[in-house]
Amino acid sequence: MAKTMGPVRRAFAPWDDPLAEPLIRFERISKRFGDFTAIDDVSLDIYEREFFALLGPSGCGKTTLMRMLAGFETPSEGRILLDGEDISAIPPHRRPVNMMFQSYALFPHMNVADNIAFGLKQDNLPKTDIAACVEEMLSLVKLEPFAKRKPDQLSGGQRQRVALARSLAKRPKVLLLDEPLGALDKKLREETQFELMDIQEKLGMTFLIVTHDQEEAMTVADRIAVMNEGTFEQIAPPSVIYEEPSSRYVAGFIGDINLLEGTLATSLDKAPTFASPDLPAPVTVEAEGLASGPVALAVRPEKLRIALDEPADDPAMAKVSGRVWDIAYMGDVSIFHVRLSDEVCEGQPKDDSVPIIRATIANTTRLVERPIAWDDKVWLSWDKSAGVVLTR
Amino acid sequence: MSTRRKSGWGRRLVIAVPYLWLLVFFLAPFAIVVRISLSEVAIAMPPYLPVFDLSQGFEAFWQDLSALSFDNYAWLAGDPLYINSYLSSLWIAGVSTLLALLIGFPLAYGMARAPHSWRPILMMAVILPFWTSFLIRVYAWIGILKPEGLLTLFAQTIGILSPDDQLRILNTNTAVYIGIVYSYLPFMVLPLYAALERMDASLLEAAQDLGCPPLKAFWSITVPLAVPGIIAGCFLVFIPAVGEFVIPDLLGGSDTLMIGRTLWNEFFNNRDWPVSSAVAVLLLLVLIVPIVAFQHFQQRQQEAMR
Repeated sequence: MAKTMGPVRRAFAPWDDPLAEPLIRFERISKRFGDFTAIDDVSLDIYEREFFALLGPSGCGKTTLMRMLAGFETPSEGRILLDGEDISAIPPHRRPVNMMFQSYALFPHMNVADNIAFGLKQDNLPKTDIAACVEEMLSLVKLEPFAKRKPDQLSGGQRQRVALARSLAKRPKVLLLDEPLGALDKKLREETQFELMDIQEKLGMTFLIVTHDQEEAMTVADRIAVMNEGTFEQIAPPSVIYEEPSSRYVAGFIGDINLLEGTLATSLDKAPTFASPDLPAPVTVEAEGLASGPVALAVRPEKLRIALDEPADDPAMAKVSGRVWDIAYMGDVSIFHVRLSDEVCEGQPKDDSVPIIRATIANTTRLVERPIAWDDKVWLSWDKSAGVVLTR
Repeated sequence: MSTRRKSGWGRRLVIAVPYLWLLVFFLAPFAIVVRISLSEVAIAMPPYLPVFDLSQGFEAFWQDLSALSFDNYAWLAGDPLYINSYLSSLWIAGVSTLLALLIGFPLAYGMARAPHSWRPILMMAVILPFWTSFLIRVYAWIGILKPEGLLTLFAQTIGILSPDDQLRILNTNTAVYIGIVYSYLPFMVLPLYAALERMDASLLEAAQDLGCPPLKAFWSITVPLAVPGIIAGCFLVFIPAVGEFVIPDLLGGSDTLMIGRTLWNEFFNNRDWPVSSAVAVLLLLVLIVPIVAFQHFQQRQQEAMR
């Protein structure tokens, strides 16, 4: 998210520009395997220099969509345009896209330098050019001392970098990354995410990443397409996906969220309210342009405030009371689980009959004893703009 | 301390058993063969001289021992029949190995790329011939290859051979090639299959993705990665094929020269045990080069796997 706030990045939003020509266009693509529909009539534009993420659980069709672009799968319906040209009939080895495989797929009988040079050799480039390019790639991924090693003499992280260097060596129009960091441990994964962003910016290439890790997608991507069962749930920049999810599915898939089912009541003279059997009283919400009816209210845990005393009535704020069911101290934050009932929690069964709301509170001071303890009656409040009303 | 010593003995015992086995069932018989190869042929029982007999005293034993000589080996070197037999055996085994590789590779490749549920069935089909005696299977080829056999009948039926003509394959070297390739094909297919099946299919996709056409990807990725299987398969076919006797005897012609057959003739027809023993010892020496090379290669493979 940090990079969307950077001075260069702020201006980069070709998807909002109606005149911008997409580099890649998926046009009404469907893919069926027998009776199973892996991808169901999707369309998508990806622009030059964009870092685009396909995000979804396994089996949602994201890898199939990427493999279509590489040429390893053919769409059952629809067409794929690259630079305005239909590439459906072009075999994989003639497509100007390169892929970094989830398994890395490094050639075990070749050393690091030969692996990186493999793609360049296919183009019959002069030897000196190939050597220069391999050098450049090795320094880009900081693997110069390992040029003569075989893949099985490298660590997982080093192999990942060789795979990246190999797929970048031919300077493809689009680099496809299939779960590129899945096999790395958490710390290395986070480092590599930032490195990927640096490399993408340095080379000015278009990256398309497939991942099931929402944090990874949020970190690296300019835009994310959240996929579910072969269709797109939402295509938007990470901040929009997080703050304005378009559906219950997206809200639940990205980050932590409190989801309350209920009904929306709108009228001309009063602010819209959300009533739910889970809430003791209706709360005010922002619901511009929505009609009354069944909806869900989604509130992120970090947008909640927690207090022992009831906050003063404020039309811009929603509030609800309950008792502290559990506290998880995480160091930087504490997560309060608040049961929306005035009954004492002690001895109550843990079931879904009474909803539990999670509130994440930053531990801004070094207080060892916190004023709020288990079973305390507390008030949760949030700015009404923090709640998102979801109709889907 | 005592438990360590005990486990040490247990370990030595475990190692000793296979060595003992080799000593009794391989080294001792081989020593006898070597000893006979140094003897002289005789019309006697056993049909060679000298026969060691310690009951005649040490002096006589010493005399017997000094009667051993390398004459038989000199004889083998002097008679072109034996040299030609060796060379012809190596040639026939080499050509058969190459043919088995050319037939076995596509077979193994097809098996390795077949759907998972098919693979056990295909594997079964490769192993199934072993359920019938080797001898019977070679005899069956006589029925197929003989001039009035099934192959002739088939060729006449589909019209590529006129009804008056007959195929002359049996009792030629061609029949020997067919027999050896047929019999040893599983030994080629199985190691090839093991090597190809282990290969990650995404490697070929990666090669294509990097601009390599499928056929070139086969040569630059699949074949190099199958090399361990190719080498193992070739050794497993070549080594037993050199000493093959049954196939050249049953399917080959009178001019089919193979060392196994020459050995048989010396032993049973000429009753010349010393010369046939010398032939056997030389055969082993000829084969020791590829066998040691194979062992060395296997060891390197195992180290590389670790």
